[in-house]
Amino acid sequence: MIVSRKQAPSLKRQMWVAFLVVPPIVFMSLFVVYPILSAFAYAFYDWQGLARGEYVGLKNFKEVLFGATMAPVVWNAFLHNVYALVALMIIQNGGGFLLAWLLYKEPFGFRFHRIAVFVPVVLSTIIVGFLWKLFLNPNFGIVNQALYSLGLDSLAKPWLGDSSTALGALILANAWHFVGFPTLVYLAGMQRIPPEIIEAARLDGTNEWQLLKNIVWPLVAPSTTILFTLLFIGAFNWFEIPYVMVGLDGSPFGTTDVLGLVFYRTAFGNQSASIQNFGMGSALATLLFLFIVVFASMLTLWLRRREIQF
Amino acid sequence: MKLTRRILMGAAAGSLLLSSGAAMAQQTELTFWSWRQEDKAFYQDTIKKFQEKNPGITVKFETYAPENYQTILSTALAAGRGPDVIQVRAYGNLETIATPGYLLALDQQNMPELANFPEASLAAETLRSDGKVYAVPFAMQTQLVVYNKKIFKDNGVNPPKTWDELMTLAQALKAKNITPFANGTATAWQNETIVGGLLSSMLGKQFEADIVSGKANFTDPRFVGALTKLKDVSQYFSPNFTGVDYPSSQQLFVAGRAAMFAGGSYEVANFKNQNPTLDLGVFPAPVLKAGDQALVATYYDGGYAVNAKSEKKDAALKFVRYLATPEYGTAFTNALKNLSPIKGIKIEDAITQEVAKLAENAMSYLMLVRFRYQEPSGSVLLQSNVQKMLAGQQTPEQAAAEINKGIATYYKPFQK
Repeated sequence: MIVSRKQAPSLKRQMWVAFLVVPPIVFMSLFVVYPILSAFAYAFYDWQGLARGEYVGLKNFKEVLFGATMAPVVWNAFLHNVYALVALMIIQNGGGFLLAWLLYKEPFGFRFHRIAVFVPVVLSTIIVGFLWKLFLNPNFGIVNQALYSLGLDSLAKPWLGDSSTALGALILANAWHFVGFPTLVYLAGMQRIPPEIIEAARLDGTNEWQLLKNIVWPLVAPSTTILFTLLFIGAFNWFEIPYVMVGLDGSPFGTTDVLGLVFYRTAFGNQSASIQNFGMGSALATLLFLFIVVFASMLTLWLRRREIQF
Repeated sequence: MKLTRRILMGAAAGSLLLSSGAAMAQQTELTFWSWRQEDKAFYQDTIKKFQEKNPGITVKFETYAPENYQTILSTALAAGRGPDVIQVRAYGNLETIATPGYLLALDQQNMPELANFPEASLAAETLRSDGKVYAVPFAMQTQLVVYNKKIFKDNGVNPPKTWDELMTLAQALKAKNITPFANGTATAWQNETIVGGLLSSMLGKQFEADIVSGKANFTDPRFVGALTKLKDVSQYFSPNFTGVDYPSSQQLFVAGRAAMFAGGSYEVANFKNQNPTLDLGVFPAPVLKAGDQALVATYYDGGYAVNAKSEKKDAALKFVRYLATPEYGTAFTNALKNLSPIKGIKIEDAITQEVAKLAENAMSYLMLVRFRYQEPSGSVLLQSNVQKMLAGQQTPEQAAAEINKGIATYYKPFQK
């Protein structure tokens, strides 16, 4: 009787594998795992400025979620994150889907447009933020200038200073910046669909809307999974565009405040107003991290289920 | 052959001895951190003067961007490193660094020059918990109104004394299509500087004393009344002012398209740098009725401190002592057009003299000086609620009530 025994890999091979695996593990633990764990630990201490004080258990977490001072700020910001998520889901991902469909049909100049739509994604977020801040300047920005020249004076607004438009303006700037990414991913997804399926559907006399809704949309489900999950994570970690365009305070009067800004202000202080509190900042960061991990995993599982193999 | 070798070895040993001896007597190198990149030339010059007098010490000046300075400094200090001499901020911001014991306490013994400083300036660099001074103050800032003399002259108007005069003047300028105030409110902290520049005389020193003692709080008619006036005058701010941020409002003034700018005395040097042809003047916040005392709002920017963990404390103290001399104060004031708090300095610049004169009648820049120690800080509350009020989203009464509610959560005199 021959017992098949798994051949133990040679030492040389083991060394080779270790050589490939160890550096990234060390790197990850040093620069990713360790900071996350230490932030987690910081959250359980009281901080006197920069000096770690005594162990306070869950006090910082309680303060962040229910404290009279912190909680209203945190929940206000959380709602703005949710709002941004929903709006970007529709504008950025939905827009990306439609743009991808347009490009998929290869209209005149589609090669140019395929690149053009992706160009803003390559730009630095800082540049995009400043650019849009200039565009939206109430007195010399091109948005208001264009409205004036069209005779639509009544529509001109101090976009970033008006509490009813500021958050929307940030969302649009963000969508302009990133819409190329979902476009590209959806386009790749669409090109994976076997052309026979679409041809067959057309022969059966479907109209454009039915084709999109019943054939294309379900078949690009894997793209949707990845895009929705990334957007979810991005929307709750949102920081750069608001920071550049409205500043750390979520100006005007907190109407554009998001959790990223709250975290930064709490942990590192706001030069012109507030105080550093590492403990509370770490607690907020930890909660945000847990929230994103849990919900992003649930979202991914749910979206995976609707994917179709073909 | 032998001889030459011996000579060579001797020479080598000798030079070794020499160089190590020189190194011992030689340089103590200090590092000095600051967020004032724009003042680098001035600080290099100061260091040169100091080194001429103290040949054994060299100072290396390093700057970091203001928005990251606190974070970088905090991290370095927490790791037991950091520079020997540190430019620090004041009040609540100082406390985050001084409370954990990162700074060397200064007293008449190690820093006799402290006697040259006014009480209020030292209070700005004092830790409330132990009453010790931790830094040598470097500048006093004044919130007031900067105006364009040429625009005033061309339109035959003079700096207003009373609030009514201000309103009449603003109306007259606006009628001629000149923006009376360049100010905008989109950048949150600008709202605080506007309040300091325009409302101090209406609030008054007595109001500050009453706030400190708890006799009055922020729902006081003096405060609500002043906010109401502010709402009133905001019609003369730059067009669409709720969307105009700090740099845009500065540009408007620098370009000579607006007559006044309510803000800090630090703007003057900045405006002049960008447009040397500007002829500028300053005036204090207008008074409610003729005969009232006209005030500006003052605070201290920060100071120079010694790292408590520095291994070169003696040299560092020597350098900071130099930064506390009237000689340095004079150079600082004249080069940077910022008022040094050191007594007995000589001011050359006419407008800085004017600012110094106005600063003799001052109240504190209230929220920064007294309410930046706890959350929600008075500054955060004032900034966001004034911003909201000026956007027409709440009344002056509501703004005052919100500010008061926030501060009362921790301020004992309001809880009685």
